[in-house]
Amino acid sequence: MTLDDKKRVLREMVLHRRFEERCYQAYIERKIGGFLHLYPGQEACCNGVMEAARPGHDYVITGYRDHVHAIKCGTDPKAVMAELYGKETGCSKGRGGSMHIFDVAHRFMGGYALVGGPFPLAAGIAKGIQMKGGDEISICFLGDAANNQGVFHETLNMAKIWNLPVLFVCENNQYGIGTALHRSTAVHDQYKRACSYHIEAAQCDGQDIDIVHQHAKVAVDHVRSGKGPYFLELMTYRYRGHSMSDSRGYRTREEEDEWKLRDPINILRDRLIAAGALNAEEFTQIEHDTDIYIEQEVIKFAEESPEPEVADLEKYVLA
Amino acid sequence: MAEIMYWEAVLRAHDEEMARDPLVICMGEDIGVAGGTYKATKGLYEKYGEQRVIDTPISEGGYTGLGIGASFLGIRPIIEIMSVNFAWLAMDQMFNSAAKVRYMSGGQLTAPCVFRSAGGTAHQLGAQHSARMEKVFMGIAGLRVVTPSSPKQAYGLLKSAIRSDDPVFINEHELMYNMKGDVPDAEYFHPLEGSEIARSGTDVTLFGYNISVHWCLKAAEILDQQYNISAEVVDLYSLSPLDRAGIRKSVCKTHRAVIAEEDEAPVGVGSEVIAIINEECFFELDAAPVRVHSAFVPQPYNHTLEMAAIPDHDDVVRAVLKLLGKA
Repeated sequence: MTLDDKKRVLREMVLHRRFEERCYQAYIERKIGGFLHLYPGQEACCNGVMEAARPGHDYVITGYRDHVHAIKCGTDPKAVMAELYGKETGCSKGRGGSMHIFDVAHRFMGGYALVGGPFPLAAGIAKGIQMKGGDEISICFLGDAANNQGVFHETLNMAKIWNLPVLFVCENNQYGIGTALHRSTAVHDQYKRACSYHIEAAQCDGQDIDIVHQHAKVAVDHVRSGKGPYFLELMTYRYRGHSMSDSRGYRTREEEDEWKLRDPINILRDRLIAAGALNAEEFTQIEHDTDIYIEQEVIKFAEESPEPEVADLEKYVLA
Repeated sequence: MAEIMYWEAVLRAHDEEMARDPLVICMGEDIGVAGGTYKATKGLYEKYGEQRVIDTPISEGGYTGLGIGASFLGIRPIIEIMSVNFAWLAMDQMFNSAAKVRYMSGGQLTAPCVFRSAGGTAHQLGAQHSARMEKVFMGIAGLRVVTPSSPKQAYGLLKSAIRSDDPVFINEHELMYNMKGDVPDAEYFHPLEGSEIARSGTDVTLFGYNISVHWCLKAAEILDQQYNISAEVVDLYSLSPLDRAGIRKSVCKTHRAVIAEEDEAPVGVGSEVIAIINEECFFELDAAPVRVHSAFVPQPYNHTLEMAAIPDHDDVVRAVLKLLGKA
């Protein structure tokens, strides 16, 4: 990435962080219902991988922590927020909610709420790409705990035997809901599990976007060049609980503080300042402008958008 | 019009659709090199190759999900699950992914897949290989459920299911693959919704689907010849959606209803049809409807017990006589 690219990505990451924090506020105000899973702390994962891929061209699928992945693929943040508000203008027309963001036009193939559910869907999308002969790849972002589902193993096996163009990105944030990885999982290094299926795999820091990008480039090139699936494990941390109903009683504040010392946005900001490409005032301005954009455009749009019509309750069940 | 076997009808539908559209594929356990447990994909591997006739690992949840994911890109997978008893392992993907994706994406994404699976009691297959599960599938919004009772329906319903933009579950029966029947020589598409009058009558309606249509037809013959009772047989080939208008029309004609299913009674097809009769035409009834169904037990292995657990045409006859106060 050039310095210009990095500056653009820093702006995006600030948007992703502020967007999610604004969701938190809207949830407290009961503007957003259901379950809400927020992304702060993990921004370098999605951004680092997608900067190495082709957003809007490559297919992306993920779980329920999905707002940022959609926005990174090109979904208008206004349509995501309107979805969280349950409005007709939401990207899933208010029928999906936070866990089911979809934007097929930007090849964001959805957020799914069954842990591990997207694994075989991602492989199927890759099968579709393979049959149609395109140069796209299928990218599946999921957390570490999804790897304890049976379909993880079934999918990795099939992806390998059929040489499918799919990149599995494991955002290892150390916890499956409220259970620590070392308490739930026999093999702590997730990439080793992929290796057992003879799939190329790597593990790296998920907080430093340059490191993520470097590894993701190798992974994306591998998959796009027809060499088959790849598994990339990114070591990361979510600042907030699993969802909004989580008081984080399963981990210490000291552990959280330690991870925040390696905040992905701060790492990139400081690197750009050290390189002379950014100064502190400029960064403050980016944050300020982002907040104004979110408030005056994103939230305003969601607030002012219409509710779906009750008469349309049964629309979209069958074709 | 040629008389062919049920499995040949399923195979013909596969072959025609795969020849027409390179995006139609089929996948499942032993369907390729081995030719399929019930021969429904025999010869397709040699004709279309391993990219389109896919022998899967024994990973029902995985390959079903994979087929669904491929369908998001416009691939038309026909996913065979060898026994419906194994479909439990695939239901998460069928129900949570295929059936719901259109709704929860606000109409952006559809899963145009066909799931084919054989169920039912065959020859002492025991508790874990004999279940009928149509009642589970028909309770899921966003999934079509059809169940062919003849080679013609097996051919025409599969053809229509492949062309449908909705996910369709096709419930077949392990005992019916060698059944013979006439299938049109010309290409034929059977509607995915509705019901068919398999035999016209005036005194009582016998509702059946898949194998129980044949019990109903045999019972109607006995009722006619031995008891001078005219039974109408309605084939509910579409279990979701059920044909409310067709059910109402026949009950309004005969004023009596018997529903025959091989499945257990609770939360079943019979329960649902009776609920529909209550909602649509309760005051047309001259007698309380009767359900014919299997015992509420895991299917036993012992042959005598197995036969005692499932109904047949004699049970349908007895139900009609009871309903008419003649037994």
